[in-house]
Amino acid sequence: MKKARFTALQLLVHGAGWLPLAWLVFDFLTDNLTANPIQAIEQRSGIHAITFLLFSLACTPLASILDWKELPLRRKALGNYGFLYAAVHVATFFILDYGLNLAAIWRDVATKSFIILGAIAFLLLLPLAATSFRFWMKRLGKNWKRLHRLVYLITPLVVVHFFMAKKGDLLNLSGDIFQPFLYGGLAVALLLLRLPPIKKRLSRV
Amino acid sequence: MNSPIPSSEITPKQAYLSRRDFIKAAGILAGSMALAACAPDLLNAPASDPAELTTSAKTDELGDPLNSHKDIINYNNYYEFTTDKEGVARLAQNFPTSPWDVEVSGLVKTPRKFGVEDLIKSFPPEERIYRLRCVEAWSMVIPWLGFPLSKLLNLVEPTSAAKYVRFETVFKPAEMPGLKEPWYPWPYQEGLRLDEAMHDLTFLATGLYGGELPAQSGGGIRLVVPWKYGFKSIKAIVKIELTAEQPATMWSAIAPNEYGFYANVNPAVDHPRWSQASERRIGELARRDTLPFNGYAEQVASLYEGMDLAKNY
Repeated sequence: MKKARFTALQLLVHGAGWLPLAWLVFDFLTDNLTANPIQAIEQRSGIHAITFLLFSLACTPLASILDWKELPLRRKALGNYGFLYAAVHVATFFILDYGLNLAAIWRDVATKSFIILGAIAFLLLLPLAATSFRFWMKRLGKNWKRLHRLVYLITPLVVVHFFMAKKGDLLNLSGDIFQPFLYGGLAVALLLLRLPPIKKRLSRV
Repeated sequence: MNSPIPSSEITPKQAYLSRRDFIKAAGILAGSMALAACAPDLLNAPASDPAELTTSAKTDELGDPLNSHKDIINYNNYYEFTTDKEGVARLAQNFPTSPWDVEVSGLVKTPRKFGVEDLIKSFPPEERIYRLRCVEAWSMVIPWLGFPLSKLLNLVEPTSAAKYVRFETVFKPAEMPGLKEPWYPWPYQEGLRLDEAMHDLTFLATGLYGGELPAQSGGGIRLVVPWKYGFKSIKAIVKIELTAEQPATMWSAIAPNEYGFYANVNPAVDHPRWSQASERRIGELARRDTLPFNGYAEQVASLYEGMDLAKNY
């Protein structure tokens, strides 16, 4: 008998990866994207991007905790879905929101540090997405792993970008901060789990 | 032969209007059955424009069309219910807006409690078509019904010590689920300088689009200050207080570096999050330039003569 081509986890990852995009398109076609659809696309694609980045970051520590060897193999796909939604997010901003009016974009980007942080995070994501093909993995060898450690920088940038995009004040602990708090807490936890002393303890469990 | 129709046979207007709505809804229902499983919200969505919405004009004085009633009553920033703008209408649907009382107190000669119904009788509603510019860089054109705030203030006679007006939103945690959020210094409060409050453009709205003011739009009674960012136009007011000191306001308490007391629409003063130079009119695709004082500069700029508006944002 022929072996199944895809594992259940693989199907789950790819299903989950495309579902939010399908949902977004469905809501767009059924005029279900609020009275302010462009902003809704921006916000939803942004949340999806962070979610998949965190999923991708969760693979390694969860693999040690659950002793689930297949998880790290799905890391890359999850990261790529994170990039997909980040790209939708950025494209919406440039094309739909600002109609490629570079002067208006520049005027606003220059005065809004949260957009600058988001832009840096996206620029750093580009080489990771571009080198996600097997060809580049082989070609870069050890450096591939080094390069992809950039995600440890990208994640905090994205979380801070999210915090600042919300109508609230983190230092005051007031405003619309629950959701960024949730994502920020997860990001911090997932990064802490990678610190050598904690990592050692995890793998011993 | 002349056979007059007995009056009992004539369908009252309200009934046939709602019947027409029902037929329309039934059509939508049938059409969306197939989608119902994946998008139950389509079925629960509040009804679109009632057939009978009367307004005195179809545009504002600049010639821009009114936003649809549907968009106005389904896209609301009202954190007492939820931070989800599209979720407010559903959560507020059973919120009672009538009867509604407003207490006017503080530095006035005759402090009083008013019922909104009585206010409507004393000050016959007039229509004002105003642009509403949210600090989040979106805007709408809305036909309000109501009366100038100055009429109410003149009734209670502010004393010479009164310099500011403080407004407070109703606080009903059992009916307003957003009030359970611990991150906000509830209740919502706002304020105006007395001369701003007395300006003829400053309006108390009790109706919308020729009808009543729904809960999600700020009913029983709300403030509308069209040259300021939307958050100044406080909803569901239960207290109005004349004070000598500048009152604290909700958003400037949360993030004073972002939201000032004045909050005049000003494309020249940046906000760290949203463009204040441009905005998206709900229903339009392209951004449009934001006008100083939201297009009301001619009427209100003199209130701020000599003030540094970059400092007093």
